[in-house]
Amino acid sequence: MSRIQNVSRRGFLQGMLSGGALVLGAYFSPGVVRAAPTVDTPADRAAFHPNVFLGIETDGTVYIIAHRSEMGNGSRTALPRVLADELDADWNRVRIVQAVGDPRYGSQDTDASASIRESFEIMREAGASARFMLLRAAAVQWSVPVSECGSGLHVVRHAPTDRQSTYGDLASAASRLPVPKKEDLQFKPRSAWRYIGKDASLYDLEDICTGKAQYGNDVRLEGMVYASIERPPVLGGKVKSCQDQEALRVPGVRQTVLIEPFKPPHALQPLGGVAVIADNTWAAFQGRKKIKVVWENGPNAAYNSDQFKKELQQTARQPGLVVRNEGDVDAEFAKGGKIFEAEYYLPHLAHATMEPPVAVADVRDAQITVWVPTQNPQSVQETVAQAMGMPKENVTCHVTLLGDGFGRKSFGDFAVEAAVLSKKLGQPVKVVWSREDDIKFDYYLPVAAVYLKAALNSGGKPTAWLQRSAFPPINSTFDATAIHGGWELKGNWIEAPYDIPNLRIENGPAQAHVRLGWLRAVASNYHTFAVQSFVDELAHHAGRDPLEYLLDLWGPPRILNLNPPHYPPEPGHPLDIGRLRRVAEMAAEKAGWGKRRLGQGHGLGIAAQRYSFTYVASVVEVEVTDKGELRIPRIDTAVDAGTAINPAYIKAQLEGAAVFGTSIARSGEITATNGAIDQSNFYDYPVARITEAPYQTNVYVLDSEAPPSGVGEPGVSVIPPALSNAIFAATGKRIRELPLSKHRLQ
Amino acid sequence: MIQVKVNGVERSFHGDREMPLLWYLRDVLGLTGTKFACGMALCGACTVHRDGEAIRSCVVPVRDVAGAEITTIEGIAEKGLHPVQKAWMEFNVPQCGYCQAGQIMQAIALLRSKARPSDQDIDELMSGNICRCGTYQRIRAAIKAAAKGAS
Repeated sequence: MSRIQNVSRRGFLQGMLSGGALVLGAYFSPGVVRAAPTVDTPADRAAFHPNVFLGIETDGTVYIIAHRSEMGNGSRTALPRVLADELDADWNRVRIVQAVGDPRYGSQDTDASASIRESFEIMREAGASARFMLLRAAAVQWSVPVSECGSGLHVVRHAPTDRQSTYGDLASAASRLPVPKKEDLQFKPRSAWRYIGKDASLYDLEDICTGKAQYGNDVRLEGMVYASIERPPVLGGKVKSCQDQEALRVPGVRQTVLIEPFKPPHALQPLGGVAVIADNTWAAFQGRKKIKVVWENGPNAAYNSDQFKKELQQTARQPGLVVRNEGDVDAEFAKGGKIFEAEYYLPHLAHATMEPPVAVADVRDAQITVWVPTQNPQSVQETVAQAMGMPKENVTCHVTLLGDGFGRKSFGDFAVEAAVLSKKLGQPVKVVWSREDDIKFDYYLPVAAVYLKAALNSGGKPTAWLQRSAFPPINSTFDATAIHGGWELKGNWIEAPYDIPNLRIENGPAQAHVRLGWLRAVASNYHTFAVQSFVDELAHHAGRDPLEYLLDLWGPPRILNLNPPHYPPEPGHPLDIGRLRRVAEMAAEKAGWGKRRLGQGHGLGIAAQRYSFTYVASVVEVEVTDKGELRIPRIDTAVDAGTAINPAYIKAQLEGAAVFGTSIARSGEITATNGAIDQSNFYDYPVARITEAPYQTNVYVLDSEAPPSGVGEPGVSVIPPALSNAIFAATGKRIRELPLSKHRLQ
Repeated sequence: MIQVKVNGVERSFHGDREMPLLWYLRDVLGLTGTKFACGMALCGACTVHRDGEAIRSCVVPVRDVAGAEITTIEGIAEKGLHPVQKAWMEFNVPQCGYCQAGQIMQAIALLRSKARPSDQDIDELMSGNICRCGTYQRIRAAIKAAAKGAS
């Protein structure tokens, strides 16, 4: 797929470079003509620049490009370490350079827990090809066969003559050599890995702890003004009239600007509204309180969550679109016998990233520069370019650190707002979203109703299994007519890795009335909650141990091959029931499942899944007090994400996922009344604090030689069902609808 | 005009006296280490010290800090790193890091009032600081380590 080519580029730079270095370019997908890179990085300018991800200066400084976004996921550290490992570079001499949006890096979309999975090989290739060229350069200098040369830390050595040369010294000579073909590269054996599999701190750790780290909200430009935008409370609403006289009297307020409503589908376009422009954020916020906008709301004003819930539950009870079908579920159900059915429900969720959306734009003539905490800078380029009617090559998107992403910052609507305003005002503009804006104008996780039905044999094991979900699809954001799930149905929902002969999976239609989007762990939040709760219910129904029942349901260790078109297999990531069993058994063993003595009011619950090709299981311990208060003393999570790059941050991600999942389970609920979102800030959209979070999450990383998979999301969606199952174990109370705050637990 | 000392530097502010300290620090002085996240003193991301005590700068108007000494994350360590910052690094507390300046400022104030905090003390004094990445157990461990190191 990816290939590093010897393409000469940017000859005009050569005169500026030490050693008259030849600057080489590297491209993905050979044959595809790419747009010219918009920004030279220190890596591009370095003396030795064998590919787009890397540059080595003659002083030995190694510049490595971070092409994915950093939002706490750790990829800005992990991916450069993969490259540094193959290069045999000294990590202390590595400087990481954040990439602007630029197709020469391939996909920069930082979502779906995919950064490591999608970039591992190309980073290794980039490092290995540079190392190969450094070895060759040394061999030529010493007139020895390259096969006798080897790399040490930041040096090339020739053992027979005991000679050594540093990477810095070799940089210029290496730059004059051809880039090797991938077939000729020698990759390190796993046993020689320096960094892969070893714990590492974040590259930005000290900057974060000292307040120096630059997030989107920290960008300041000369002559920059601040904007706060009053947006239509109902999706598709338009400004009927606006009175801004009082706002203009607020000291520091300069003017108001109308932002046009979007043309359906809304996709990544701004919602429209009225922007208040001011000298600082506070003045913009104050001015905004004083404008009076009358809205024309449109048809989505009929959206009421209570009513919609009833409709959605009704839909989930009806036959839907069949997306997978094996055996004959109906015939099995018709036999009668023991039939068990249950319905589950999850409301909309908001992302509530610690840093609300924010963007700075500077539009000058035909050049648009934006600074955005974005998960997808190339998408920002495209979206901004489209909105401004300019080619995307004219848009430079700088990626700052992100104060969380969770999928919200995959949507570049806020960057477009900034660009539109900067163009109108002719000066740099920062658009600041308040927390209220963030909660009220999110791309919400869809609300979902899930219906499950099983016919059970005498041992309580299902002989037929029907799972059906209904939710407005995320694809409605891009296609106004979409009513069926697409992407949501893939992954672990359609995989349904059960040893059951008759199995059917269906999807019911639903219309979207608010903006919908991906939120960490996406559809597995409702699907895994339903399925893993249902399995626990079946186990108790059969009088069996939930862990033993789960293992029986999956069946013996094997590779499960699902037939296309249901589930086109992902190369390198077969569905391995053995790995799934192993994480469940490991989490249970570490948690003392069935062995540990628990106090009064305590209970254990388990849930497991494969998500983003990662196998994960959590055992949650709860304590429910006499007053019905819930505490989570401990969670044990086992994770198999294939080859572990940075185990320290795999653990951190899974610890964090436990807290994120706890927030969803305890209090995550977004509702709408007459089309407008009811919640607005952390007082009515609470997230877990230190007092509500699990006290201790122990994470066990099962390293393997399988290709690396993702760790950002998988750990999130096992938590709500494991927590709910633990509450059942502690109290006998079964929760089929989240959040828990709606229920009395005593 | 309002006089206030920020990280040891005397400042005079001539703008809107009602402006919350947060925006004075960030937009006027360019001290962006202190973060905006909720604007209602609900999350603690904006925590700074007024005469050594933790306050939520997003709801404290500049007029209320006249004559006071304000310390932000940029000024908390006189030289090098504060022991709490070191503990934060040792335990790899941050993920995205956005809330951590506020967490660190709150933790430093906590340790001033409770030199050897119990779990309950930490729960009580850190529960106003939200971390969406969910780094709470490391925050707790880092605070305890910093307390130990100081004693």
